[in-house]
Amino acid sequence: MISVQHVSKTFRAGGTVTAALQDVSLEVAEGEIFGVIGQSGAGKSTLIRAVNLLERPDSGTVTVDGDELTALSPADLRRARRKIGMVFQHFNLLQGRTVRGNVELGLEIIGVDGDARRRRALEILDLVGLADKAGAYPAELSGGQKQRVGIARALAGSPKVLLSDEATSALDPETTRSILDLVKTINTDLGLTVLLITHEMDVVKRICDSAALIEGGRIVEQGRIVSLISTAGSRLAHELFPLGAVPALPGDTVIDITFSGGSADRPVIAQLARTYGLDVSILGAAIETIGGNQAGRTRLALPGSAAGNAAPISDLRNQGMLVEIVGE
Amino acid sequence: MLLDPSLPQFWSDLFQVLLIGTGQTLYMVGVSLLITVIVGLPLGIVLVGTEPGGLFESPFGSRRLGRVVNRVLDFIVNLGRSVPFIILMVALIPFTRLVVGTFIGPTAAIVPLAVVAIPFFARMVEIAIKEVDTGLIEAAESLGATRWQIVSKVLVPEALSPMILGLSTTVTSIINFSAMVGTVAGGGLGDVAVRYGYQRYSTIHMVAVIFVIFVIVMVLQGLATMLAKRFAHRSRPNRAEKTVPALRASAVTGA
Ligand SMILES: Nc1ncnc2c1ncn2[C@@H]1O[C@H](COP(=O)(O)OP(=O)(O)OP(=O)(O)O)[C@@H](O)[C@H]1O
Ligand SMILES: [Mg+2]
Repeated sequence: MISVQHVSKTFRAGGTVTAALQDVSLEVAEGEIFGVIGQSGAGKSTLIRAVNLLERPDSGTVTVDGDELTALSPADLRRARRKIGMVFQHFNLLQGRTVRGNVELGLEIIGVDGDARRRRALEILDLVGLADKAGAYPAELSGGQKQRVGIARALAGSPKVLLSDEATSALDPETTRSILDLVKTINTDLGLTVLLITHEMDVVKRICDSAALIEGGRIVEQGRIVSLISTAGSRLAHELFPLGAVPALPGDTVIDITFSGGSADRPVIAQLARTYGLDVSILGAAIETIGGNQAGRTRLALPGSAAGNAAPISDLRNQGMLVEIVGE
Repeated sequence: MLLDPSLPQFWSDLFQVLLIGTGQTLYMVGVSLLITVIVGLPLGIVLVGTEPGGLFESPFGSRRLGRVVNRVLDFIVNLGRSVPFIILMVALIPFTRLVVGTFIGPTAAIVPLAVVAIPFFARMVEIAIKEVDTGLIEAAESLGATRWQIVSKVLVPEALSPMILGLSTTVTSIINFSAMVGTVAGGGLGDVAVRYGYQRYSTIHMVAVIFVIFVIVMVLQGLATMLAKRFAHRSRPNRAEKTVPALRASAVTGA
């Protein structure tokens, strides 16, 4: 649905040169929620703004729903943008318009006439749970309500894609959850493809099907989360299940076991103890529900060297678990 | 000839003179204000738009043209604002003659008044529009808005409240200058003040003129403040009402 190919963008401002995006490529499949995560200054906003060409890349191509945006004339680009809704961290609502007026903005731009516009706006406000606030002004709303208006505005023109630039960063955790749930609902009910950027792993955990990690303007890793979890050395997977620093335990082998799907509810430790007579100690564990499945990572200390523990380790691997030796 | 307040026709004359003067002042101020808005508003918008990174940064695809337009307009606006009004008015006499046919009378006064007010108001518009959050422009762009739609649906409505306040300041100075024009070109309350209050030593006329001008300015400013507030939508009175009883209740229960 969204294809970003070899996109680069360099900013030159007052003598400093910032390579905000360096040869970034990204594929977002139709109907999925794709999360781009990265630290402040990594280039996340630049990337998402390149998708609807609010920021025109220096090189590379951006294709959305079959239209190569980077090749379109200004008028065609405006038309193509109507298929791409966007929500913003700071909502960007018109203060002088009511909630309904804000939602109608995109429809006015397309040229939908008054009556149809009003009906559509009320319909969408109902969807985001703000039907009773149609006549209020943004200044009278809470942050979460403002973001719902932002989402309603983005959805009013029936786009195929929703872009979200840190839509929940200005909100408290509870409101964040309710907005994320709304995005998930929109994704499943309307079949909208969502590309969101965030600096919070919780957002990715909660609603994303796929994720990419961006660092210093480069995509370091990307893929479906279920496959990232079972990829050895995946940084995203490590971020999803943070276990902290590996302790130095002389004479022990420290292993991280990642399990997902079917292997999640197996009595692994008891089994190791029974079959190999091992004195296993648990150093840490993180378990999450991702995409409706239990997945997690456990850090264990096994007495003896890695070579000495080769048999139990390969046994675990044969059971479909990802085992990484992180210390010995 | 001195005026004698004890004569019966003094007061009716005063009233007559004030009425005509006020009418002329309102006419001069009204028409020049209209011209000021019609020319100054687009001028202010173009001033902001042609700045680097602005909406009209490269009109007709030429970045160079945008820069030139910006520089030229900026220069004209600065010039218009820095020349003392009395000099501007005299310097404009040939131009006024060309446009109106004469440089005497209320209609002729409109020309220098508009010329002095346009750059003033254009700056106010520029400042007001610069205050509009660029995020709003991006939001409109993301919805596929044209530049004209961004101007008409986002920039002008969102800057309306400060622009109205700017307009009220502009009116005040137009009124101020209209009195000055009156003394030179004739007409309006300024003319009344000079001809009766100064030349014929009638303090009553002077006071009456000051009072009428004061009332006009007060009314216009009150109106502007009211309109500006009406369009700002920034206050949250409902919230305040709701929180106060809540606080009281918790104070009583000790919660
Ligand atoms: N218009 C601009 N002019 C100059 N430099 C810019 C501009 N926009 C972004 N940058 C620079 O590009 C880099 C990436 O910025 P970007 O806004 O994409 O980061 P981000 O990942 O969204 O960060 P944050 O989480 O803080 O929003 C930063 O170093 C930033 O300073
Ligand atoms: Mg950002």
